Amino acid sequence: MRTRKKVMRTALALAVSGLIVTPGHLMSMEAEDAPEEITIDSMATLYGPVEFNHLMHTEYASCEECHHHTTGDKVVDPNCARCHANSGEADEITCTGCHESNRFDKDYLKKLEAPELYHIDKPGLKGAYHLNCIGCHKITSGPTGCQECHTMTEAGEKMFNTGAFAPAKGTSPSGH
Amino acid sequence: MKKLFSRRNFLKGGLAATASAAVLKNKDSQASGDFDGYPDSMGVLVDLTRCVGCRSCEAACNKEQELPEPAKPFDDFSVFDEIHHGQKRRTDETRYTVVNRYDVPELDHPLFRKFQCNHCAEPACLTSCFVNAYTKTPEGAVIYNQKVCVGCRTCMIACPFYVPTFKYSSAFKPSIMKCIFCYDTRLKDGKAPACVEACPQEALTFGKRTDCVDMGRQRIRETPGKYVDHIYGEHEVGGTAWMYLSSVSFDKVGFDTHVPKEPIINSVKDFLAMVPMVLTIWPGLFVGFHLLATRKDKIKEMEEEKNKKNDEKEEQV
Repeated sequence: MRTRKKVMRTALALAVSGLIVTPGHLMSMEAEDAPEEITIDSMATLYGPVEFNHLMHTEYASCEECHHHTTGDKVVDPNCARCHANSGEADEITCTGCHESNRFDKDYLKKLEAPELYHIDKPGLKGAYHLNCIGCHKITSGPTGCQECHTMTEAGEKMFNTGAFAPAKGTSPSGH
Repeated sequence: MKKLFSRRNFLKGGLAATASAAVLKNKDSQASGDFDGYPDSMGVLVDLTRCVGCRSCEAACNKEQELPEPAKPFDDFSVFDEIHHGQKRRTDETRYTVVNRYDVPELDHPLFRKFQCNHCAEPACLTSCFVNAYTKTPEGAVIYNQKVCVGCRTCMIACPFYVPTFKYSSAFKPSIMKCIFCYDTRLKDGKAPACVEACPQEALTFGKRTDCVDMGRQRIRETPGKYVDHIYGEHEVGGTAWMYLSSVSFDKVGFDTHVPKEPIINSVKDFLAMVPMVLTIWPGLFVGFHLLATRKDKIKEMEEEKNKKNDEKEEQV
């Protein structure tokens, strides 16, 4: 009886370790490892930084919905799965790791001409943020207005001729 | 006396000469229609499914081109409801680009469309301009030289997209106002135009025109059902630098889907080639015919006069 129990225990231990060893699980990140709060401010000029509650967002979306294949979870998009079905956790998980802040720079555009490159249409950093956030917010009824996520700065008011820089009524050419 | 030349023969001869000249010249004019655009010219792919109508592009354009202060702030979205002369907002001397909203019945949300000069490979404005005020640069921009412009506004009529606008506020110093792809300040240094850089949604993607076409094709292929299978501007009017992707047919979002696939110049080229010939060959030709035809009459007249004088002399004698 005792030996039998031992055998069972060993089998169980083996099974558990086997589960752990399974690549998908070993290589995927856990949401709890991620920072709770992220300040997105790398491009904050016209609008202030975004205080992004990462922890709260993990309740709404699974990792791969925002991080694509990089966290090592199973990718849902069949297009991505063509190459990234088992590509595991990537070296870069952050948005800035893959999405260029100078998306239309001469040098970057030159890189896109490499004939073997598949990702010829990867959005830049600003595009990636907005497309991902607003895209999902539209479906989940999250905030979609500009100032609901980031408040406009003085430079922004100047750019948009609003706030302190709003046109005086009746003085500017109306145009048609 | 037998008539050597009749009026009918005059015209027949003149027409035949012009026609033969036109046929001889046709070979050259056909070749110019095969221009595929500058190989390394840049372009912009506009994705209507991404645009949220934030008007950042309008604001950026206004600042970059140092245009006058707008009537309403750029974060005022009531402009989408404006109708002027039964039409949505359009470009004018105070704005080179506008975004308009389109409510499409089959969608539960509106679509927004940015509009500006499309920078044709073979621009109708350029070909229509008789003082060569327009230039298509190898970078892809259609730029305009105010110094030589005489303000005839033919370009405004020639443009299939109604883009060039006239600065009516300074009619004595004529100036056409239109998007120049930020050529002076950005494009000539390989930089993206201000509107593209300002777009938060990357609804505007800047790159080599050929790469823009590839990107458009990739988006259409890899997201089945999202887009209509057409890149507006890839072939329209012989190809434009600015091209568009849409989730609904283009006529529902303000595009003219009846523009020809060929450059506008192709529709008038054969006729235009005849104009200088009519102006230069016909006068000489017909003056020649006229002199030939009247030569015998003149000689006869002169002889008659001579005879008359001789008769008078004989009478006197």
